[in-house]
Amino acid sequence: MAQLREGLAKSRKALQQQFASVLFDRFDEDLWERIEEALIYADVGVDSTVSIVEALEEQANAGAIKDSAELLAKLREVTANHFCKADTRIDIAHRPAVILMVGVNGTGKTTTIGKIAWHLKELGKEPILIAGDTFRAAAIEQLVEWGRRVGCEVVRHERGGDPGAVVYDGLAAAEARGADVAIIDTAGRLHTQVNLMKELEKVRRVIEKRIPGAPHESLLCIDATTGQNGLIQARMFKEAVELTGVVITKMDGTAKGGIALAVSHELDLPIKLIGTGERLESLQPFDAVGFAAMLFDESLGRR
Amino acid sequence: MVFDSLSDKLQVAFDGLRRQGKLTDKDVERAAREIRLALLEADVNFKVVKEFVEKVKTRALGSEVLESLTPAQQFIKIVNEELTSLMGSASTKLTFSPRPPTVIMMVGLQGSGKTTACGKLANFLLAQGKSPALVAGDVYRPAAIEQLKTLGGQLGVPVYDEGDQADPVDIAKHGVSWAQDKGRDVLIIDTAGRLHIDEKLMEELVRIRQTVKPHNILLVLDAMTGQDAVNVALQFQERVRFDGVILTKMDGDARGGAALSVRAVTGKPVKFASAGEKLDSFEYFHPDRVASRILGMGDVLSLIEKAERTIDEKKAREMEQRLRKATFTFDDFLDQIQQVRKMGSISSLLGMIPGIPSAKLKGLQVDDKAFDKIQAMISSMTPEERRHPDIINGSRRRRIAAGSGTDIHALNQLLTQFKQVQKMMRQLGSGRVPKNPFQMFGNPS
Ligand SMILES: Nc1nc2c(ncn2[C@@H]2O[C@H](COP(=O)(O)OP(=O)(O)O)[C@@H](O)[C@H]2O)c(=O)[nH]1
Ligand SMILES: Nc1nc2c(ncn2[C@@H]2O[C@H](COP(=O)(O)OP(=O)(O)O)[C@@H](O)[C@H]2O)c(=O)[nH]1
Ligand SMILES: [Mg+2]
Ligand SMILES: [Mg+2]
Repeated sequence: MAQLREGLAKSRKALQQQFASVLFDRFDEDLWERIEEALIYADVGVDSTVSIVEALEEQANAGAIKDSAELLAKLREVTANHFCKADTRIDIAHRPAVILMVGVNGTGKTTTIGKIAWHLKELGKEPILIAGDTFRAAAIEQLVEWGRRVGCEVVRHERGGDPGAVVYDGLAAAEARGADVAIIDTAGRLHTQVNLMKELEKVRRVIEKRIPGAPHESLLCIDATTGQNGLIQARMFKEAVELTGVVITKMDGTAKGGIALAVSHELDLPIKLIGTGERLESLQPFDAVGFAAMLFDESLGRR
Repeated sequence: MVFDSLSDKLQVAFDGLRRQGKLTDKDVERAAREIRLALLEADVNFKVVKEFVEKVKTRALGSEVLESLTPAQQFIKIVNEELTSLMGSASTKLTFSPRPPTVIMMVGLQGSGKTTACGKLANFLLAQGKSPALVAGDVYRPAAIEQLKTLGGQLGVPVYDEGDQADPVDIAKHGVSWAQDKGRDVLIIDTAGRLHIDEKLMEELVRIRQTVKPHNILLVLDAMTGQDAVNVALQFQERVRFDGVILTKMDGDARGGAALSVRAVTGKPVKFASAGEKLDSFEYFHPDRVASRILGMGDVLSLIEKAERTIDEKKAREMEQRLRKATFTFDDFLDQIQQVRKMGSISSLLGMIPGIPSAKLKGLQVDDKAFDKIQAMISSMTPEERRHPDIINGSRRRRIAAGSGTDIHALNQLLTQFKQVQKMMRQLGSGRVPKNPFQMFGNPS
């Protein structure tokens, strides 16, 4: 693939001339191209790819990189540094701590809620689930089933009901029972659906009113296979409900989930959790260095 | 009409190049770069992008710029043609078995929209007079069976299930005989979402395929999918050999480049597009629409098409001759208006004129009713009056106004406008361009 930025080729040439005598055969043009391709292929997107490659070039120009192996190590470092630096832990230092789960359709919100609840149980915490997706067929039954597996209460209304109402009742129940964490499921919605985004804002207001300071976490669920649209999604959801972080699901597939990097970098949002399967335990904390390492496989350094 | 960023960028890329002549090396290189970026932003797989851009470049180099288009538009035209030919030209029709039931199986990743698509396709087939039925083959996802049953209930379409403890292969097999007994002519099998690298679950699909031999296997693909779509499609292709794709969540603003990737690497057509959570938002796929969506400039493309379809080159040249000689008559005027109307809105026509910045066209609205009136008034004139408007005196005016169902006031306005246009045309003939070429289409009432 030809370089993404016109200036790139130029500075690369300068770089090569600079190192020509020492590194000519090791510091090859091919490698730079493979780096760009790897980033694009990971769904990092053009803007963040350019930003990473530029940062890398700066290091190379400053003499911090001597050969291909070092270039790759630096690439991982630079990439990891592109993630938002905010705390990636879930804030549960409230009683009840309220977690609101949002996202477009089918990304894994309901499943992730089941997993979070299970992990909380393992920590000795008592979660309560609130079935705020009153729209999709059998969405309530799905959450109820997760509640059964985890062994925690699920507050539900009928399908077609007002999500604000069930959220209100759910929070009341959480307080009454002295639950540690209330996790609210919501219907999947595309960020382009104005009315549904308004509805989400309303749900948020209901939460704020019922429990001042809540929600303590508003997590956006993004499917790891998502392409560049993920960035727009995150921007719109952030605007609607003041996101505190992002969950990347389905990382057990072959998608690299690079959109997480674009979202984190460009919108200044921490990635908080990684979904790695459909089982209760398939949830991991996010680690920028590990994630960056995973974006580039070992073959990148070889010719 | 709104020019999108890509076409604006292409305009810039071609800046300095006059309207006519060949596309040169440098022009094409710059434009190709923009196309490459646009395709990447649209999530087309980078390998597919690479090949595609090469092809476009080869075709664009040295190609003659059509008279009615700017170089940017010419380039977009080539890109669009390549894109559409890549996306399209394969049947979107389903295969129906002479021996019912016709079996259709949905496959795909988790959350792509399979279960919803089962309901939508059933609804679609109902509308075609078929009697579909559904099979609940997802025994893994909590409440997946419940979900399908709810959709079936909404449509009044029967759903076969054996609970979540049975083997999906058995369920599918039994479902077929059940449908036969019930006299249903199409059977749609829902399956669990699975990763293409999940060996066990992929094997399950292979077994279902071997057991019930579906007539159609459809891969359900989320329009928001990124670069990985290629891996997914290739794996599903290799293991289950799907026949076509259902592209879902098209109601959002994802460009849907994944559809192009899948088409390019598997050769399998997109057959249906799903654009909403309601059961009726489902239709046959239109390759041209996605082609323009991927590029993010549907308006430009439809314009180019319209320009090609509507403007009769010879006629246009004749017209120009007359304009320059200032023998511009009401017949010409009417002719022009009709041309414009054939093409859609007046702003589209103006948008085709190279050199008019797109920003100027935004919000430009021309009332169709105004055209109707003009047309009626001109039709009420005699041939003699149309050729020599100067002879239209008071009594002629009253006759024309009455005959066209308008009034003297409107007619007077039209006559004034006509004179202005005539004058403008004369200026055009003499090389002086009027300040506002749009005024001829002002509202006469
Ligand atoms: N492989 C895999 N599948 C997942 C993961 N998270 C969710 N899913 C599946 O994705 C589909 C949609 O999940 P769901 O929770 O219903 O999404 P929601 O519509 O956002 O609530 C289901 O089939 C889930 O089992 C994950 O981390 N890995
Ligand atoms: N906006 C939108 N949502 C859709 C569309 N198709 C499916 N969905 C939603 O996507 C989510 C997952 O759909 P589902 O049919 O359960 O996916 P499955 O896991 O593949 O069976 C649900 O919330 C559906 O309502 C579509 O075309 N547009
Ligand atoms: Mg859900
Ligand atoms: Mg399903």
